[in-house]
Amino acid sequence: MTATLTPTPSPVATAPVIGRRSIATTVRHAVVIARRSLIKLTRTPEQLIDVTLQPAIFLFMFTYIFGGALGGGSRHAYVQFLVPGLLGQSIAMAGVALGQNLNADIEKGVFDRFRSLPIARSAPLVGAVLADVIRYVTVCLMFAIFGTLVGFRVETNLLAALAAFALSIAFALCFCWISVTVGMLARTSGSVQGIMFLLVLPLSFGSNTFVSVSTMPGWLQAFVHNNPISHLVSCVRGLMVGGPVAHDLYWTLGWMLALLVVFVPLALRGYNKRA
Amino acid sequence: MSYAIEASGLTKRFGSTQALAGVDLAAEAGTVLGVLGPNGAGKTTAVRILATLLRADSGSATVAGFDVAAQPHKVRQQIGLTGQYASVDEDLTGTQNLRMIGELLNLSGRDAKARAAELLAWFDLAEAANRPAKTYSGGMRRRLDLAASLVGRPAVIFLDEPTTGLDPAKREDMWEVVRRLISDGSTVLLTTQYLEEADALADEISVIDRGRVIAHDTPDGLKRVVGGLRLAVRPVEEAALAEVGRILATISGGRPEVSGRGKLTVPVESDLALTDAVARLGNAGIAVTELSLHLPSLDEVFFTLTGRRAETDEEDAA
Repeated sequence: MTATLTPTPSPVATAPVIGRRSIATTVRHAVVIARRSLIKLTRTPEQLIDVTLQPAIFLFMFTYIFGGALGGGSRHAYVQFLVPGLLGQSIAMAGVALGQNLNADIEKGVFDRFRSLPIARSAPLVGAVLADVIRYVTVCLMFAIFGTLVGFRVETNLLAALAAFALSIAFALCFCWISVTVGMLARTSGSVQGIMFLLVLPLSFGSNTFVSVSTMPGWLQAFVHNNPISHLVSCVRGLMVGGPVAHDLYWTLGWMLALLVVFVPLALRGYNKRA
Repeated sequence: MSYAIEASGLTKRFGSTQALAGVDLAAEAGTVLGVLGPNGAGKTTAVRILATLLRADSGSATVAGFDVAAQPHKVRQQIGLTGQYASVDEDLTGTQNLRMIGELLNLSGRDAKARAAELLAWFDLAEAANRPAKTYSGGMRRRLDLAASLVGRPAVIFLDEPTTGLDPAKREDMWEVVRRLISDGSTVLLTTQYLEEADALADEISVIDRGRVIAHDTPDGLKRVVGGLRLAVRPVEEAALAEVGRILATISGGRPEVSGRGKLTVPVESDLALTDAVARLGNAGIAVTELSLHLPSLDEVFFTLTGRRAETDEEDAA
């Protein structure tokens, strides 16, 4: 195709667009960038495998392979224990791809354009995180469907179960900033995954997700009791199958705040340095 | 005299590589500054500093009157950037790419859409507007990239090697686009590896080498130094070289030089020298395998200015 340029309106001229800077504007910009991520997701839906098939496989594996042994005879009792735990673990894992994608994206140059625009430096990162909500919602949906299939039943009420999902998504939105930070600091997108697995695997297995903490040695119990994923899992369990929630909820919210306070500035600093 | 782009003493080091070693640049408002240099000379680094993507280690620069280090947000309101590698989002369509930029520039949804349509039409991309950019050809991508940098009607436009990798016909299309930007009053900083391109578009040219400006002049001034048009002739028979030399001497008045094997090159004044040479060589019955009229290549420019060949470093310091 040759460029036979139509000789009409000028591409530049007239007044430049004035950029305003406020929190509302930044949020609006972040939403625009989130929409970009969602469009990309519709073009490559296979990006959702790790939040659809992967948790389902984990669920089936632990229910049917380990469930008999771990549940002490009652598979149903183990499923009631496992599903809320696995939800917490899956939601923490779901953020891994975010850092990986951001790392690859920045290499490609689209972010250079964002940097040259009069928008807040945080907008592209916040936008990417916002778009990731769709993945966390997908995880919750998968658990609602496959959890029911393997025999899980909510023992409290629908509202409490929905609160458990909402808390999990909110937690994921804070936890994923670790992944974003690693995505900014790692040199290749492949290494982002490696580093994140090193971080997330001990946190997800060194928790109360799969087995009761009382079966672990004392030194490990100390780690598990202070693991943010354990607190989240306890909350989700309490909200879905009953039991006390308040204590772990405070800890979970505290951890969420701490994750944001530490990793949002670190991620932004990494992003700014990565020019 | 007001400068839309002014840089003095910019330095930047990446690890052990001194990408910029004190660069001064200046472009008056409404003009085109050509920055000519080989790969790795520091062109891209300079552009990234001026476009606020990178901070200089030392030195200072203003763009559209704002300091790039102290007022980057103000600078970003005034500039458009087209990178060396077209930075469009491949998964998004042409329209989606441009609308996104428009909305980030605080246009309303409707205005962003209108602006996208206007630019796509202007860059002859209307038919491809709703196809993902990954289906675009190289030339189309460059045009979309350029369109994206113009959404905000920038006063200062940075074009980092806008035609590198394009075939010659597409290159001239791109030149036409750039000329029209200039006629609209924007200030343009254009980096290139081709003297021909700088000559065709720029009001002034800064030649940059190893992170330093080694020459700054108008295209005519630069050509006076490095030589303007050259006519090169390679006869079929090497024995005819002497005869060819005599003919070339009468055309140009200059002394023909042997360049390469069996080839003679002579500086000439005008395009007419080519037809003149064809006629005279024809009359003398001399067959030629090569006959060309060209501006000095980047290599030749560098040889004249520095006495050595341009060192091209494949890895352009980002």
